[in-house]
Amino acid sequence: MSEDFNDNKTIQAQSSETISGGSGASPDMDYVRPAEVGDQDLYHGHSFITKWIFCQDAKVIGVQYFLLATFTGIIGLILSWLMRLQLGFPGAAGFMTAEHYYQFVTMHGMIMVVYFLTALFLGGFGNYLIPLMVGARDMVFPYLNMVSFWMFFIAVGVLLASFFVPGGPTGAGWTLYPPQTILEGTPGSGMGILLMCLSLILFVAGFTMGGLNYLITVLQARTRGMTLMRMPLTVWGIFTATVLAMLAFPALLVGALMMSLDKVLGTSFFMPTILKAGEVLEYGGGSPILFQHLFWFFGHPEVYIVALPAFGIISDLISVHSRKNIFGYRMMVWAIVGIGGLSFFVWAHHMYVSGMNPWFGFFFATTTLIIAVPTAMKVYNWILTLWRGNIRMNTVMLWCLGFIVTFVNGGITGIFLGNVTVDVPLSDTYFVIAHFHMVMGIAPLMVIMGAVYHWFPLVAGRFLDEKLGKWHFWTTFLGAYSIYFPMHYLGFIGVPRRYFEMYDSPYVTSATGMNEFISLAAFLVGAAQFILIFNIIKTLKTGKPAGSNPWKACSLEWLTPTVPPEHGNWGDRLPVVHRWAYDYSVPGAKEDFITQTTPPSEVADTGVEKT
Amino acid sequence: MSDPKIEGYVFKPGFKGMAQDTGSDQTMFKGVHWGKAMMWIFLLSDTFIFSCFLISYMKGRGSTLIEWPNPSEVFALDAFGVPVPLLLIAIMTFVLITSSGTMALAVKYGYEKNRKMCGWLVLATALGGLTFVGMQAFEWSKLIHEGVRPWENPFGAPQFGSFFFMITGFHGTHVSIGVIFLFIYAYKVFAGHYDEEKRGWFTTMKGNYVEIEILGLYWHFVDLVWVFIFAFFYLW
Repeated sequence: MSEDFNDNKTIQAQSSETISGGSGASPDMDYVRPAEVGDQDLYHGHSFITKWIFCQDAKVIGVQYFLLATFTGIIGLILSWLMRLQLGFPGAAGFMTAEHYYQFVTMHGMIMVVYFLTALFLGGFGNYLIPLMVGARDMVFPYLNMVSFWMFFIAVGVLLASFFVPGGPTGAGWTLYPPQTILEGTPGSGMGILLMCLSLILFVAGFTMGGLNYLITVLQARTRGMTLMRMPLTVWGIFTATVLAMLAFPALLVGALMMSLDKVLGTSFFMPTILKAGEVLEYGGGSPILFQHLFWFFGHPEVYIVALPAFGIISDLISVHSRKNIFGYRMMVWAIVGIGGLSFFVWAHHMYVSGMNPWFGFFFATTTLIIAVPTAMKVYNWILTLWRGNIRMNTVMLWCLGFIVTFVNGGITGIFLGNVTVDVPLSDTYFVIAHFHMVMGIAPLMVIMGAVYHWFPLVAGRFLDEKLGKWHFWTTFLGAYSIYFPMHYLGFIGVPRRYFEMYDSPYVTSATGMNEFISLAAFLVGAAQFILIFNIIKTLKTGKPAGSNPWKACSLEWLTPTVPPEHGNWGDRLPVVHRWAYDYSVPGAKEDFITQTTPPSEVADTGVEKT
Repeated sequence: MSDPKIEGYVFKPGFKGMAQDTGSDQTMFKGVHWGKAMMWIFLLSDTFIFSCFLISYMKGRGSTLIEWPNPSEVFALDAFGVPVPLLLIAIMTFVLITSSGTMALAVKYGYEKNRKMCGWLVLATALGGLTFVGMQAFEWSKLIHEGVRPWENPFGAPQFGSFFFMITGFHGTHVSIGVIFLFIYAYKVFAGHYDEEKRGWFTTMKGNYVEIEILGLYWHFVDLVWVFIFAFFYLW
């Protein structure tokens, strides 16, 4: 439609002009300048293998990432059950030794943070949603994208292989602090830690391939009219998280490589002079603190690699399901970018008890409190989006509300721990466990669940069952609070984390009953997750057909010619974008949403604002 | 490929104009090939890897209690019976920087569709890189013969051997990967794959001379990193 109207007002039409109501609605105002590059050249799979296994379609790769990440996540969940079994009912599982406990702690942590949450948000949602939301036919480098997934596949394989090598997986804690990680006496200090390092290196390599795709697709392959400030916040969140990942994973890669060399070649990058049973070991002269700096230079941005996509997705879900534009869109974008930038300057708040210079602690406490400001702004904006909205109380909205509450909860304990004086006594207690599980375990998980219920109709063409969904939500929500609220208290009375058993310590009297309660709740919450799997399997066949744009959303992913979208996404013509993704409940409009592709002339007499 | 004139788009002046151009629709970097943008971002990520290595090296060198070996003596080479400090390194660096020059010329001839010249220059670059890797292997074997190992070092702190082998090894791997690709690209240029837009074996994407420039970016980056490694290991 638009390249037919070739006049001189090229820039004006595609930039942000207010479209006021009333007269003068002419197709001129619909002008969007022509495409800069030709249509993308795509490889269409023609056999089962090229269509579903070694597939170059970002949507299939997204689903592959999602399924594999979920599979590893379930392994992490089972490990957490075993840990809770030991903590709540010591000795109940006969095979559980202290070594096994440490190995399960380690693998649970690493799997959940890296192989589950990171892979799921960036690999899963990123692959599926970015091309659809920015109006591209596919990721810009489909072949590289495919290799990215298979690298991830190998990384997971190597990680799980460490369960079956002599000595088992590493049991050094997910932070892998040297020197104890690679010294005899720590479970898995032989093959276990080597496979862990190798797996991380493979993961980083594979992720880099995917990450380059996400970044260049967002930067260089948006459709006509899709300016940066018209992108849905989901894309902003995933994009910024990918930038963080590209800059933070190098530190992990270097740390893992140096640790492997310390183990295999006997170098002493991280190993100080060590006395063992009266004998001096071969190692000497290295710095264990160096590893902590490298690890947390990756580790803290990693928190936001998980959180930023969650922030973006939740903004979109809340906006769609309360039928209101997101409050303060530009503020939200800059908050995401600001959090991303600041996240590189807070890492040493994980190291207050490492013996570093106290002025370092002062600096990092300050930056930690500063990063709370944009984060809090986002929470206000979510609440103000809900304010006087036409809220649909469906499962998606329940997960959104659950997220906001949980995130505020975990965020506030973060303020406690960000201050050196409060952190030092609480360090290595269950308070820390409760904090980070709330803020980067349960909260992003709720976003994932909300996103699954929201986008399942797009991926599968059918709705998930609402009744099962509500059961799933309420067990998870109430159960998660039953697990983590008592843990704050355990932390206050000083129960240390990562202890196999409390034996006859004075904590036992007040902590035993609570530990049993937490464990029972953990079993229940874990089991409740299988409701979702049952729900998916059930509704794939029998669910209510969704049709096109079932939630009446504005953003592009719902506007494909076929549902679910086919390879190439858009049929013959790419969509042309005229507005942002949040024109809900515009006064004067026929319906309570105006899609991104609706030309201005069609809605000229409504109160739609410039975007 | 790098023609900044986009049909229907006028660049706006000033800082505000720059912000508007950046946030405009379709592309942030107007007229920049996808692969080229990808390589720049990959190199940014790779910069962080090398920065982590070099910062770790500084920390390791600063915290070890045993004295660091004197680079002028350790890296000296006997020429006609006289030990000349940094002789081999000077030649290596010269070869590598020169190969950057031939690479730049290859890009120029590539865009001019001068198949022969482009191919020869890519080949020359590959040979330069190969010479560099060969001389590095020579230097490694010399140090190993003298007893330097990743875990020990007769001249002083054992961390010297650790960091030296790890960082030059990581850089040497980069150079080697670059050399392999340079040979492949030289073949592709001579075979005319870029002139006929022949589809790639793996990616099935159409060939284009911009690929020479993308590989060139990588090659220049590898050279630039070498300058830093040179400064930190051989001059400090």
